[in-house]
Amino acid sequence: MAVTLTSAAAKHVSAFLAKRGKGTGLRLGVRTTGCSGLAYKLEYVDETRPEDVTFVSHGITVVIDPKSLPYIDGTELDFAREGLNEGFKFNNPNVKDACGCGESFSV
Amino acid sequence: MALLQIAEPDASPAPHARKRAIGIDLGTTNSLVATVRHGLAVVLPDAEGRPLVPSIVRYGENGVVTGYAAMAKQASDPHNTIVSAKRLMGRGLADLDGDRRFPYRFVDTPGMVRIGTRAGVKSPVEVSSDLLRALRERAEASLGGAIDGAVVTVPAYFDEAQRQATKDAARLAGLPVLRLLNEPTAAAIAYGLDNAAEGIYAVYDLGGGTFDISILRLAKGVFEVLATNGDTALGGDDFDHRVFCWIIEAAHLPPPSASDARLLLVKARTAKEQLTLHDETAIVASLSDGTPVDLVLTRTTLTGITANLVAKTLQPIKRALRDAKLAATDVKGVVLVGGATRMPQVRRAVAELFGQPPLTNLDPDEVVALGAAIQANKLVGNRDDEDWLLLDVTPLSLGLETMGGLVEKVVPRNSTIPVARAQEFTTFKDGQSAMAIHVVQGEREKVADCRSLARFELRGIPPMAAGAARIRVTFAVDADGLLDVSAREETSGVAAHVSVKPSYGLTDGEIARMLQESFAHAADDMRARALAEEQVEADRIVEATRSALAADGDLVDADERARIDAALAEVARLRAGDDHTALRAANAQLNRATEPLAARRMDRGVQRALTGRRVDALSD
Repeated sequence: MAVTLTSAAAKHVSAFLAKRGKGTGLRLGVRTTGCSGLAYKLEYVDETRPEDVTFVSHGITVVIDPKSLPYIDGTELDFAREGLNEGFKFNNPNVKDACGCGESFSV
Repeated sequence: MALLQIAEPDASPAPHARKRAIGIDLGTTNSLVATVRHGLAVVLPDAEGRPLVPSIVRYGENGVVTGYAAMAKQASDPHNTIVSAKRLMGRGLADLDGDRRFPYRFVDTPGMVRIGTRAGVKSPVEVSSDLLRALRERAEASLGGAIDGAVVTVPAYFDEAQRQATKDAARLAGLPVLRLLNEPTAAAIAYGLDNAAEGIYAVYDLGGGTFDISILRLAKGVFEVLATNGDTALGGDDFDHRVFCWIIEAAHLPPPSASDARLLLVKARTAKEQLTLHDETAIVASLSDGTPVDLVLTRTTLTGITANLVAKTLQPIKRALRDAKLAATDVKGVVLVGGATRMPQVRRAVAELFGQPPLTNLDPDEVVALGAAIQANKLVGNRDDEDWLLLDVTPLSLGLETMGGLVEKVVPRNSTIPVARAQEFTTFKDGQSAMAIHVVQGEREKVADCRSLARFELRGIPPMAAGAARIRVTFAVDADGLLDVSAREETSGVAAHVSVKPSYGLTDGEIARMLQESFAHAADDMRARALAEEQVEADRIVEATRSALAADGDLVDADERARIDAALAEVARLRAGDDHTALRAANAQLNRATEPLAARRMDRGVQRALTGRRVDALSD
């Protein structure tokens, strides 16, 4: 399995990284918090750790810590617009249940 | 599901913990709203992708419209279509005297000017709040929920009244205002200069209709406004007008009709913008009577016909540098703000004056809003990795009136805000039961030369001898530069306070004038202060002498009485003059003449206190 980006997501990540002026990729992960137990992490990568798992998707390096990987393996990260609002969406096949807003979930 | 943003490493927010923070550049001609997204400051465009909102509000038959929709009706419904409300913020009708640019039905009310519209009488605060409401709604749609905090920018020269008016407008629009921020400071933040080396920076802001230059000093993360200057009637519109005149001349056109003039102005503006990127551009139009216009304008010609406009911006820069006692070479970096600074001839002139290329990699229309958004993002707590807050400074000194019409400065100019300063004052007369507190703003030594902000009275001071009461007056300026003054008599605890919301404010020209006058009149002011101080001293001694003579006149013989009367007369004579050294000598003379009397009064007082009392009763 792997974690991938849609081409729209990759395009935006690459533009944000260029504007930010530093960073080697995108870190995806989960942590145990929130109303449904788990919450996503979505961060710029300035340093990778030895245990990190990396994928490359549409030219973007995706970094995931091994503990998070089982929860998000198979995820496709998409970039979406809803009216004037915009941001990233996790299309995560492992999710059983999510809270109404989708900011936290359980597997 | 929610749309997520990329965070800085190890800074992913907890679910629902990310706060929605925005920065608003409330401009004279255009306004913008920005936020920090994916760690980057971005302007929030409307559904058509347009970042700017024309600062125009129309009170139409079917409700309020703002921005481009209001602009479309500007010519056909001028009375109900309010442009440049920012110029009216915190202003009284008297402040606008002679300014005939406004086509509105002004209503003369005490305090701020009001405008009669179809929807009733509107104050500039209400007009601005309608604009801010539209920006808030755009931000809420873009960020997917209610706004947690907003930073709104104001010109550095805005006084208390104008700042308060701006803050009121934001609150009225339902915006939680974290603070107001000076526009040049916001521009500097957008360029990250707050993280840069300490030093002097210049912000050159050529907007649609106004020009401002600010000289800032960055020290310990604080931007201090050293000087501001500018021209409230010079901007990009004047460049359009020059091109418009050139078209009329070059195409040998008769004076155009109103609709042709509008068409040609649009063509002129487009041509000007084209010449930022290209060396020449075609101007093609067909007038209402069918007359064709087909011209080519080169960048060289544009530079030629607008050279004196560019030159007009250089004078205020030199004045600002002179006020700050700096040379152009002291400036470490120059920030460009305002769409008109895209023009190559402007950039060249600025680069030549400062001997270095200006910073231009951010969009000059957006840079103020971006800086405000970065500040809002920090204040709302989205970046807890950085614990410092950027501070601003007071533009003019704040103080109060003391005896003799003198100003006691409590908060000096350029104090970093928020700030609270307290000072103790006392009563002047025996049994004085109230004290008038007159709050003033300015650099001069005499109240008459400063601006009056507020007056209030501390009442209920218990009767005490002159000089015995201890009245602590506290000046507190909050992070937005708004002032709260409180007074408290320490022995009795009676207190009074005032929040300064003056009825209307100073123009930028007045602030500049007040500052310059304070330098020019330094010597006069010093003499005036010395004279006023001696006059107060004279009044105090005369008062004390008269009450002593009234109470214990029998203690002086005729000779001594004559000496005292002569000294009193001499003080009275010099009190009316303007020679402070002579008055000081007369005061001293009167003091000496009354010393024996004072000593005998003391003895009599002690005797009275002791008479008929046993020694052991006094031992404690």
